[in-house]
Amino acid sequence: MPGEHTTAPAAKQTPAKTPDSERDNETVIRIRGLLNRFGSNVVHRELDLDVRRGEILAVVGGSGSGKSVLMRSILGLLRPDGGSIQVFGQQLKDAEDAQRVMSRRAGVLFQDGALFSSLTVLENVEVPLKSHRPDLPAQLRRDLARSKIQLSGLSASTSSKMPSELSGGMRKRVALARALALEPELLFLDEPTAGLDPIGAADFDRLLRTLQRALGFTVFLITHDLDTLYAICDRVAVIADRKILAAAPLSEIEQLDHDWIRDYFHGPRARAARNQDTAPG
Amino acid sequence: MGREAVSASESSESNAELVRESGRGDVLSARGEWTLANVERLSEQVDSLTGPAMQLDASGISRLDASGALLLERLFCQTGQNPAESGLTGQWRTLFEAVDSACDDEHEPEPACEPQWRQVLERIGRTAVEVGTSTRELLNFMGITVHRLARTAAMPHRLRLTSTVYHMEQTGLDAVPLLILLSGLIGAVVAFLGATVLRDFGAELFVIDLVTFAFLREFGVLLTAILLAGRTASAFCAQIGMMKSREEIDAIRTLGLDEIEVLVLPRLIALLITLPLLAFIATLAGLTGGLIVSVLALDINLTLYLDRVEQTVTLKHYLVGVLKAPIFAVVIALIGCLEGLRVAGTAQSVGEHTTTAVVRSLTMVIVIDALAAVYFMEIGW
Repeated sequence: MPGEHTTAPAAKQTPAKTPDSERDNETVIRIRGLLNRFGSNVVHRELDLDVRRGEILAVVGGSGSGKSVLMRSILGLLRPDGGSIQVFGQQLKDAEDAQRVMSRRAGVLFQDGALFSSLTVLENVEVPLKSHRPDLPAQLRRDLARSKIQLSGLSASTSSKMPSELSGGMRKRVALARALALEPELLFLDEPTAGLDPIGAADFDRLLRTLQRALGFTVFLITHDLDTLYAICDRVAVIADRKILAAAPLSEIEQLDHDWIRDYFHGPRARAARNQDTAPG
Repeated sequence: MGREAVSASESSESNAELVRESGRGDVLSARGEWTLANVERLSEQVDSLTGPAMQLDASGISRLDASGALLLERLFCQTGQNPAESGLTGQWRTLFEAVDSACDDEHEPEPACEPQWRQVLERIGRTAVEVGTSTRELLNFMGITVHRLARTAAMPHRLRLTSTVYHMEQTGLDAVPLLILLSGLIGAVVAFLGATVLRDFGAELFVIDLVTFAFLREFGVLLTAILLAGRTASAFCAQIGMMKSREEIDAIRTLGLDEIEVLVLPRLIALLITLPLLAFIATLAGLTGGLIVSVLALDINLTLYLDRVEQTVTLKHYLVGVLKAPIFAVVIALIGCLEGLRVAGTAQSVGEHTTTAVVRSLTMVIVIDALAAVYFMEIGW
């Protein structure tokens, strides 16, 4: 695959400034001074964020704090008004550039799955393979797609169903299978557990963690779900006041003195989630 | 974790392979990058393997992803070997095991495909049943609406006046400019068409009769109904359909209200009032279109045109047209609302039903118009 050789030099380009980045290897996404605004409403100003290879980074923040806007800027679905975004050590020049890089090397799971409603589950998962590897023989493509569906914890018989016949949790799993179809190095998830019952949400968290460990991709995750944060995330980035307040492991974030962080991490729900996570087992 | 920073470069195309080790008997050696980039070639190599079960040595694999793991899994199926003995190294072992355990129940039979002719027959049958049910539903719905209308007539304070006026504005007033434009143009076209035919007989003057008759009896109301079937039936369906999919209809019921009374009656009454008025405007616009063409292009003078119109126009002709207006109003409003209420959940369903609403109301309007034309001709109007 042409273009991928740019990955290796990225490690050298990223200077090891903080002790954190010395310990870890390489920055996959590097955002500096991002500016986003809609009319007079500034969503992001001077926003900096690093996502490191192989980690699960969760982005949390209040409603309307610009979590999805941040994700859409990285994916090139939205053109930022300023700042720079580097992905795999490659400077994204414009939205088309971002979309080109991202469609090949990143998978995206949108909030309600965003499955193509006119295609079956199997065809949905085949779409990225068809568009990026048109040379694959049909049988092999079907096998690959089917293996991704099974990898996402669905039975093979789901393949022939239409998205409208599936439950919310199954739709997300199909969307995950579609996101994984091209063996991405980077996976974006927009509120993967929203709308799932607690059991389904916990299952999905576990599945994501297992797959991430096995396949070794990097995860950029937007969530409101405290259980997800405590269960699977390596680092948490808090977005508030139009920028990333902090990006660090949960234990450090919890200690920060900020109104929103205090309300969020020290409310009754957070306490419950924390206890659950530290409980034996 | 901590996947190596190695990535598939151009040169990797050549370094993924499955080879039979020479000198080591029946040992196959898998080497290089078993990734999606090489999956096509590797799959060919795996599929072309024949002969008895062999040992697989996977220690040479430098990079593996889920696609490559799928091929490995196939290989192990063929060799019947325990993957643990293949020499697959730590990190890739985890990956392989994840894929392997997920893909256990593979090779499920594909669902048998019905023969084409049966599918066609099935669709015809389905459609026939569908038409039957939907006609019954429409009649049923009409009955319910009439009942609610009667109840509201007995208790006029229950009528939602604000809502009714709002829909009158939406379906009536807002449609006026478009309606005038359309009718005026059609009036002009009819006049030109008439002139082309009648000129040969030297009877150009009868263009006026043609335009007047056409618009009083048919086109005024028909054009209005067609416009509203496209514009209003779809709007009603989409509005109510969105409410249905957001469970607003259920909320209305649980609050002790009646969705027919709250949603359907205001729309029906609004349309019953505005459609005849719009039809009148359309008729005037059509006559004006004809007049402009007659005066400017056919050299018929203005007073002559007006005189001729005055002679041709009788109340009877006007009634033939305008009597159909309430019927069309009922058809358009009811079909639009009914399709909206039949929406099931998804946004896709809203789209499908909106299409159905437009198609069915258009069809009904034209069929009813044709039947009415025959009827009025038979009674000699």
